[in-house]
Amino acid sequence: MIDMLFKVFIEPFLFMVEAPDLLIQTLWEGLVSGVLYALIALGFVLIFKASGVFNFAQGIMVVFAALILVGLYEKGVPAFLALILAALAMLVLAMVVERVVLRPLVNQPDIILFMATFGLTYFLIGFGELIFGGSPREMITDQLFLPQGTTEIDAFGGSIRFQHLDIAAAIIASIMIGLLAVFFSKTRIGRALRAVADSHKAALSVGISLNQIWVIVWFAAGIVALVAGIMWGARSGVSFSLQIIALKALPVLILGGFTSIPGAIIGGLIIGIGEKIGEFYWGPLVGGGVETWLAYVIALLFLLYRPQGLFGEKIIERI
Amino acid sequence: MLYREAGQFKTTYVADSAIFPLREDRIGLAIIILGAYALAFLGNSFLLQAVMIPFLVFSLAAIGLNILTGYTGLLSLGTGAFMGVGAYACYKLMTAFPGVNVIVWIFVSGFFSAAIGALFGLPSLRIKGFYLAVATLAAQFFLQWCFIRIPWLVNYNVSGALDAPLRTLFGIPIIGPNATPQTRYLVVLTIVIVLTWIASNLVHGRIGRMWIAIRDMDLAAELMGIRPLQTKLLAFAVSSYYCGVAGALLVFLWYGGAEYDVFNINQSFFILFMVIIGGLGSLIGSFFGAALIFILPIVLGIVLPAMFEPFGISVAADVIEHLRFMIVGALIIFFLIVEPHGLARLWQIGKQKLLVWPFPY
Repeated sequence: MIDMLFKVFIEPFLFMVEAPDLLIQTLWEGLVSGVLYALIALGFVLIFKASGVFNFAQGIMVVFAALILVGLYEKGVPAFLALILAALAMLVLAMVVERVVLRPLVNQPDIILFMATFGLTYFLIGFGELIFGGSPREMITDQLFLPQGTTEIDAFGGSIRFQHLDIAAAIIASIMIGLLAVFFSKTRIGRALRAVADSHKAALSVGISLNQIWVIVWFAAGIVALVAGIMWGARSGVSFSLQIIALKALPVLILGGFTSIPGAIIGGLIIGIGEKIGEFYWGPLVGGGVETWLAYVIALLFLLYRPQGLFGEKIIERI
Repeated sequence: MLYREAGQFKTTYVADSAIFPLREDRIGLAIIILGAYALAFLGNSFLLQAVMIPFLVFSLAAIGLNILTGYTGLLSLGTGAFMGVGAYACYKLMTAFPGVNVIVWIFVSGFFSAAIGALFGLPSLRIKGFYLAVATLAAQFFLQWCFIRIPWLVNYNVSGALDAPLRTLFGIPIIGPNATPQTRYLVVLTIVIVLTWIASNLVHGRIGRMWIAIRDMDLAAELMGIRPLQTKLLAFAVSSYYCGVAGALLVFLWYGGAEYDVFNINQSFFILFMVIIGGLGSLIGSFFGAALIFILPIVLGIVLPAMFEPFGISVAADVIEHLRFMIVGALIIFFLIVEPHGLARLWQIGKQKLLVWPFPY
């Protein structure tokens, strides 16, 4: 019993102090995947803020965008043209979703819209596999001028490896997040988005077109999905199993709160780092593979304590 | 003509509030049940094994989820994992106590699933909607991890898979390689009928009304004296019980052995889709939904090649699987927009039209 407690509560920390290079390495890996989780979570937040729809299909949009990009490139389209075409495909998707799914379901309870996005998810899975096939593909990293290779830094009594791709991913994701934050707070469209988020009716009454705003928001989420797809695809290949990774954005959102962009970022970092540290230091105690569920359990425990998330607005209910 | 309300007078309150107030409905139900039993002797083994048994198993799981999502309004994405708990519990009980009849263990295994379900239902007091959906995702991924990583669950079997040992009822094998589809079908059918009858009594009684009150507005229900924690946990437990029994039936009476992957997140989603398409908050809808979602790919597999092969286009099996995903996804959106109460509502409209036929109303 004592031995067990020692293994759970003391040994991992001793190991952290003994080998700080491994700790830093784990932290760095957690940081990178955290930033990428945050990027996916951002797509959710964008749509949720503007239309009140919790878009479960964001995960498959990531896969879909990446598949279009790679699929077009394989057909002989130049890489950057493929990138633009993939972005256009996301615009088309946004318009179709707005017309076919959102407009008929306006004013329905949130949970109905949530379930409609399940339908969208399955439709896109079937559609994507029908067109591109189910086999995993390589992301075109070279053609998009994404750096490869690693830098090793000798420090803390060992060497720490930094993948250049990871550094690029962290930087690009940060730029994306910054751009979106500016877009939301400074531009005319951003203000309209926030108005729609506050109240559909009030926004309509001052002349904001809901349909147009929804297309813009879904398009923005599609672009975020494309970037996330490129980054995740470069790290672990483009396949439909990416969708499971995208589901990790859900606990991130729970931690950060559904309506907060800083929340999505901090939630992403907590989940990414917590997951890697948990896997590396405590995972072996229970046989490994804890990465698949640790994020959800962290979110679950967190929910019990603070249901609205770190930065979410307090939930007030009225009868 | 045959289906008329006229002349059937209700003289007691009990008769008035019966589940099937019309004589014709009761006769129809009796015919359906008799027909289902007769199918065991009339149908060939392909029909029983590949269509009827899975249809009944999925119907049972859909009833379980419908209790939680349709009646109590709590969205769960962990159905597959709760089914798995039932299957693994049944396997452990069956192999640890081979002397006791396996039917007992199938029913008991549901209680293990109910306990796990209630445990993961605890957060439902504080959270709802998609927050709760994410919490049930935790159950899905955690339990599936347990199925992979805890070899004790499969008796340290090298393959890591569940297998069905030979078990008999009245000397006739019902589980294991020797069991014929016919006997397995009869066992599944009987279990599903018994559990559906119990579910029907639950949802039409006091407990069911408590669930519905919680679904419609939990705060108001609480003010009326319904305890939210107990009611929600009860819904989780009952729902998981049904899913657990369905999981045990799925592995031992349909597949005859399975791996952890059967209980993955796609399974959870397909059962949720059965509930949505069939009709949220309707027991008969669970059967309709299961029929549509499960039989759709079988029909596609027969119809599509028949349609395209004459033109020299061969339709591969994976294309059918992809089309199934697309059609199911589109159907979900279609039903949510056009008929949010699902196939069950269409059934009700149909019955109403029949009652007043040939007049419009």
